[in-house]
Amino acid sequence: MTDRVRPHPAEEAFREELLGVLPHLRAFARGLSGRPDFADDLVQEALIKAWTARERYTPGTNMRAWTFAILRNHYLSELRKSRRQTDLDESTVERMLVMEADQESPLHLGDMENALQKLAPERREAVLLVGASGFSYEEAADIAGCPIGTMKSRVARARADLNRLLEGDPDLVVPKPNPHG
Amino acid sequence: MPPEARTHAPAEGEPGWATGLRKLYNSVVDEPLPDSFRDLLKKLDGSDDD
Repeated sequence: MTDRVRPHPAEEAFREELLGVLPHLRAFARGLSGRPDFADDLVQEALIKAWTARERYTPGTNMRAWTFAILRNHYLSELRKSRRQTDLDESTVERMLVMEADQESPLHLGDMENALQKLAPERREAVLLVGASGFSYEEAADIAGCPIGTMKSRVARARADLNRLLEGDPDLVVPKPNPHG
Repeated sequence: MPPEARTHAPAEGEPGWATGLRKLYNSVVDEPLPDSFRDLLKKLDGSDDD
């Protein structure tokens, strides 16, 4: 191709759409990871991946859902990588995330954030997508790559967990991450 | 329950934390975008992926 030096209208439009979803990507990443710096790193990586894959995006479709899926897949691969490197099991990684969130969270909604970080990762993702970000169950299931029934059940379990955590039940047993969803 | 979650009456049939969760999420959405993101977007162009 010879027209790379000229601004490409389709690329400019894509860039604008990316810019538009950026605040939501940051909020989703922050909710998933509980760590502001790590979250922004995730968003940067997701932006680069989205850009590289831009020819697979149909303009005017759901940019938010498309980029959320890219971000969560990247997040999961980073989590797996960190588990391999340190030989930690998933619940230990989760405890680390909770501790770090406790130490450096700049948010005033501390109780809410702490409770969110205590959820099993797939439930946290589910309640973020449906309860915070406003996706339908169907969209959320597409983003997470699971059947819609699985997504509904994850959201229901996340809500039950949050009810218990935020109704102040001190004996709540934090559910172990379930690899089967 | 965080105090912020009590400042808005939850929708009917919805627990108070549901409002808190949206506030938590929206507090990040409403943050000013760090310059690093705009810089990154500017740098993305067609020459990075043959």
